[in-house]
Amino acid sequence: MELIALLSATVRMATPLIFVAIGETYSERAGVMNIGLEGLMLIGAITAYTAVFFTGSLFFGLIAAMLAAMLFGFGFAYLAVTIKANQIVTGAALNMIGLGVSGFIYRVVFANTGIVSAVKTLPAIPLPFLSEIPFAGPILFNQNALVYFVFILTPITAFVLNKTSLGLSIRAVGEHPRAVDSVGLPVFRLRYGCILFAAALAGLGGAYLPIAHANQFVEGLTAGRGFIALTMVPFAGWTIPGVFLGGLLFGAAYALQLRLQVAQLAIAYQFLQTLPYLLTLAVLILSRNRTEQPKALCVPYEAG
Amino acid sequence: MTPSPIPRLEVKNITKRFPGVLANDNISLSILPGEIHALLGENGAGKTTLMNIVYGLVHRDSGEILINGMPVNIRSPREAIQHRVGMVHQHFMLVPTLTVAENVILGMRPFTHHLLDMREIEQDILKIAEKYGLQIKPSELISRLSVGEQQRVEIVKALYRGVDLLILDEPTAVLTPQETTELFKTIRSLTKQGLSIIFITHKLNEVMEVADRISVLRDGKLIATKSVQETDKDELAFLMVDRCISFTVEKPEMKRGEPVLVVKDLTVSDKFRTQVDHISFHVCSGEILGIAGVDGNGQNELALSLSGLLRPSSGKILLNGKDVTHESVRKLNRVGLGHIPADRQNLGLVMDFTVAENLILQRYYCSPFTTTLGFFDLAQIQENAQRLVREYDIRTRTTQTKLNHLSGGNQQKVILAREIDQKPKLLIAVQPTRGLDCGATEYIHQILVEQRNAGAAILLVSTELDEILALSDRICVMYEGKIMGELLNTGEDILRIGRLMAGVTDS
Ligand SMILES: Nc1ncnc2c1ncn2[C@@H]1O[C@H](COP(=O)(O)OP(=O)(O)OP(=O)(O)O)[C@@H](O)[C@H]1O
Ligand SMILES: [Mg+2]
Repeated sequence: MELIALLSATVRMATPLIFVAIGETYSERAGVMNIGLEGLMLIGAITAYTAVFFTGSLFFGLIAAMLAAMLFGFGFAYLAVTIKANQIVTGAALNMIGLGVSGFIYRVVFANTGIVSAVKTLPAIPLPFLSEIPFAGPILFNQNALVYFVFILTPITAFVLNKTSLGLSIRAVGEHPRAVDSVGLPVFRLRYGCILFAAALAGLGGAYLPIAHANQFVEGLTAGRGFIALTMVPFAGWTIPGVFLGGLLFGAAYALQLRLQVAQLAIAYQFLQTLPYLLTLAVLILSRNRTEQPKALCVPYEAG
Repeated sequence: MTPSPIPRLEVKNITKRFPGVLANDNISLSILPGEIHALLGENGAGKTTLMNIVYGLVHRDSGEILINGMPVNIRSPREAIQHRVGMVHQHFMLVPTLTVAENVILGMRPFTHHLLDMREIEQDILKIAEKYGLQIKPSELISRLSVGEQQRVEIVKALYRGVDLLILDEPTAVLTPQETTELFKTIRSLTKQGLSIIFITHKLNEVMEVADRISVLRDGKLIATKSVQETDKDELAFLMVDRCISFTVEKPEMKRGEPVLVVKDLTVSDKFRTQVDHISFHVCSGEILGIAGVDGNGQNELALSLSGLLRPSSGKILLNGKDVTHESVRKLNRVGLGHIPADRQNLGLVMDFTVAENLILQRYYCSPFTTTLGFFDLAQIQENAQRLVREYDIRTRTTQTKLNHLSGGNQQKVILAREIDQKPKLLIAVQPTRGLDCGATEYIHQILVEQRNAGAAILLVSTELDEILALSDRICVMYEGKIMGELLNTGEDILRIGRLMAGVTDS
């Protein structure tokens, strides 16, 4: 029972990370590194939280979160692709903007108004039959809708990236944009598209936290998840299945850390809380030089 | 004369100015259906620029382009492809991490077209390749192909798109003699099917062998268009450089000295294969040792390991009697190693730096370029640059021009000037004249021979047999990482060398 609960929590904790990392994989495959994922997640989180709070519609909250993150993603794309600004610096700015904007909205709308601020959350939907499978059933098939969505999104995005014309163009534009240009494909539009897709998924991953994980917003509630998703991408060798598995690994670290806190061991909980971050460091060290990164990653394209 | 057919391509009064250079000056040309039209010219004559304009990569300042008699306005490669124009670039446009088939299909299907059936696409590609007698393996990764193979992929890529006019920008610069012969066969079979070919080159032999008509560019101007029957090599050379040139290098008797470079049992390998396989040889001062071989038989790895850029897995390298197997590049450089790398843009130059800066890449921290206080002495740097630009005839607008604004040949001269000016004891020259016109080639050959006469040891790695034969005192032939044979160069062993290059040992 303990184990089932632990694994079930693993899947729940992994879901937002996987969303964000899938998006970032697309973006990096197209040659753009967005280290501003944390900021985009915060934008998504505050937008979803506010929207759900006032409208009561979870669906609307999720859509609003994605659109808001895409708006900021568009700003990033404009700077990183069109203006050819340094992607790392621009991404860092995005993180600060996300932190600032989300904190500002939260204080103005909620903290100072004394509104009781719990929101509705996504319910677990046990799938008929499937959820009754012993062991795997409760772990995989008694989850909320976004978890199921990640199960669907993973194979679809993997398929698009590897088996379609669009995916081929994305993979090529991150390696050799000039070659892509010389066969008449739109380098900028491909990059914009991938950045916006990544932003939408980062918004979704951020929205997950207040409306599926906790039922409220706290300032900086993403707590580095955007950065963890960022490290998952090279760890996974820029592949979608790899990102999925990496997400589960980090999900397990989060779930374990929560369990251990509840278990009241003689270890300070602050120490346990560092578990996911220690894992991140370990992963970075282990994944060093394992696969080659896209050749044109972080290199703005200059036509002509 | 019968009334001539409508030209496949006609350019009229094309002018293109880059900051400081008039790259194309009022050029008018026409290419007939089924014709092989050679575009001849020295480095920087404007050949690539003109073709980039036709292919939509560069925009003309003025002038007109007509395709099959219709005026067109080509603003991007996409539009060029729509007008059935294809181009194989001087620097290939292939994505190394993708397969041959993926590179060919790239950009061919709309994004809305789901599921690429690679099996079927590979079949289609094979069909086209076979039709024109091009050997390629569609499922192979580009990064595993030799340059010659990559070029075939580029040609198939163009053919797959359906072209009536195929532009080949210096296609033979990177090919072995055998591959060049193959390419010419392909080109001829293409024209039999009605394609027109524009063929850019510096090599007069090739022009005479394959072209129907020849246009010569010099300093951005069209000097003349001739048919092969009415011209010869001497005239073309004259038109191209506006001065007479000789085709042989004067080489006095060798005065061989002590061994400078001794290589003992050197092996270089990576995860996948052994590129250099237990090689031993030496080079003495005052001699040129030529390493011949088909591209991709370990010569590059050999040169890289000798110059400290690639770690050998075993064996010893002695320079002037000292073991330098694991020395840093800077140390090697200081004890007298000069290196002209094959991959000039990545290993030899910083493309975003100016000519002056590139000319002091190794010596920037020494006097006179850096003063005792640790600051650059800009006047010295400038003076150094001006002297070298003058001595080595580097065609650049100023010494402050960025390297990526220089033509390919002039980029090469920058490396040469820098390396040779340090009077190296050992000079490793890998494909030193790749992509250079005959004037520049002759000039570089002269410099190499001068260095040899002055007592330098020279290791010349080249896939151009003519170059090896013209310069070397001794020749080693490499095949699959091994030295197949070594011989003194009498200039008469072409057949034997050819056999060794193909891996057939003397029996
Ligand atoms: N993007 C650019 N910006 C500025 N100058 C350029 C640019 N491209 C080419 N040039 C200049 O235009 C001239 C013609 O260059 P081009 O590349 O067409 O020569 P080329 O005939 O192809 O020479 P090569 O045989 O060396 O390749 C050269 O002087 C070059 O320095
Ligand atoms: Mg050129």
